[in-house]
Amino acid sequence: MAKYLLLKHYRGAPTPVNDAPMDQWTPDEISAHMQYMEDFADRLRDTGEFVDSQALRPEGSWVSYDGEGRPPATDGPFAETKDLIAGFMIIDVDSHERAVALAGELSAAPGQGGRPIHEWLELRPLMSAPTTVTE
Amino acid sequence: MDESLLRALTPPVTAILVRRGADFAGAEDAVQDALVEAVRTWDESPPRDPKAWLVTVAWRRFLDAVRSESARRGREEAVDDEPEPGPVSGRDDTLQLYFLCAHPSLTPASAVVLTLRAVGGLTTRQVARAYLVPEATMAQRISRAKRTVAGVRLDAPGDVATVLRVLYLVFNEGYSGDVDLAAEAIRLARQLRVELDHPEVSGLLALMLLHHARRASRTAPDGSLVPLAQQDRSRWDTDAIAEGVALLQAALAQDRLGEFQAQAAIAALHADARSAEETDWVQVVEWYDELAALTDNPLVLLNRAVALGEADGPRAGLAALAALDESLPRYTAVEAHLRERDGDLATAARLYAVAAERADSLAERDHLTRQAARLNSAGR
Repeated sequence: MAKYLLLKHYRGAPTPVNDAPMDQWTPDEISAHMQYMEDFADRLRDTGEFVDSQALRPEGSWVSYDGEGRPPATDGPFAETKDLIAGFMIIDVDSHERAVALAGELSAAPGQGGRPIHEWLELRPLMSAPTTVTE
Repeated sequence: MDESLLRALTPPVTAILVRRGADFAGAEDAVQDALVEAVRTWDESPPRDPKAWLVTVAWRRFLDAVRSESARRGREEAVDDEPEPGPVSGRDDTLQLYFLCAHPSLTPASAVVLTLRAVGGLTTRQVARAYLVPEATMAQRISRAKRTVAGVRLDAPGDVATVLRVLYLVFNEGYSGDVDLAAEAIRLARQLRVELDHPEVSGLLALMLLHHARRASRTAPDGSLVPLAQQDRSRWDTDAIAEGVALLQAALAQDRLGEFQAQAAIAALHADARSAEETDWVQVVEWYDELAALTDNPLVLLNRAVALGEADGPRAGLAALAALDESLPRYTAVEAHLRERDGDLATAARLYAVAAERADSLAERDHLTRQAARLNSAGR
């Protein structure tokens, strides 16, 4: 099994085919989208491939160590930051092909007009623990 | 297997061990072991006297733990050195446990989990699941909390306000996973009320019951939030409302108003209205004024602005809102609502979208996005 992180971006991903902010959809279209996402996660729970899923708030700040005895330095949020993550899902699957297939399925979630959004999702393999047998 | 009986017995059994000379942390661990043992064996062979069974098993576990400890560290004397406990009733003991678990030296998060385990009788696993953290993390949080209160004497008088705040926090976490924290908070408040006659205890219990009564109507089948005005009031739990109102009336009659009674009074006015239109908004505003005098929580004034918007019209609500800090949570959502009531749909739609970006839960974000979408698609 291999774990993959599926990243959804507020900003920074290539523009999807069906690109309209959600508040421009109809309430029914929003409901259909939510239902699709929930059904997707439920299916992965059933197949034993679901690990975790979280949504992130858009605002955040940068923090760094600022020397002994000083409080950490904080900065931002930077409006110009190109990349902004909206949420993630972690899946545990048999193969890279399976991970790609699932990401494709998630990207087909319906958007405005009930048509698939074709949202670009970032798929990142997680580093695994070293295997017992190495030779 | 009657889990509620088991849970109700947790505080008195812990207290008995402490009275016999166990330290709180050791007693609590031993009772926890006994609870796990009870869950495992009671279905097969239920005891005749569950409480005596728990005391016996927990005490044995405690002694085992002390012995294995002393084998390593030679601390056998610790038990004998415990001061002779005074003659106290089981009831007072349970109350003291509430105070100890809500002790001011604990952070709110620690007080909450310690209360759920030591007073509520939940297992570490259940508490961990309820707060969506790994079990090992929760076990650490609980044992650190116990170390923090290790030096506190169990007969020290406590402040009921700290206990009520902890129960309120538990209630507000609502429902996630296999433990219903709202129901658990209600059970603990009910149990506390048996121990302690105080109008704010009744006020908090009333407040919880009145909110709990509306729970079924608060979410649509698809999981989306349903605001108070649109809830199907026939689905409200009338028994819980009747109990909450009766508790509140008895508490108010004692003439010692507090925050929770005032909040419960507002909830009761909503529960009392057969439809959103029939709500006595003037009285609701008056209660918010009472509440504002009792607490400096700025969210009270935000809610008051909403109520004022109903009582005196959206312009009055907007005027009250303008005096508040824009960075308050839900400020933008409240403004969107009042703008919509005032007929300025374009501004309302824009503000709902902004409010959605600032929401701190997915359910709220989705709800606000839907509000924006509703106005935008109606305007098309």
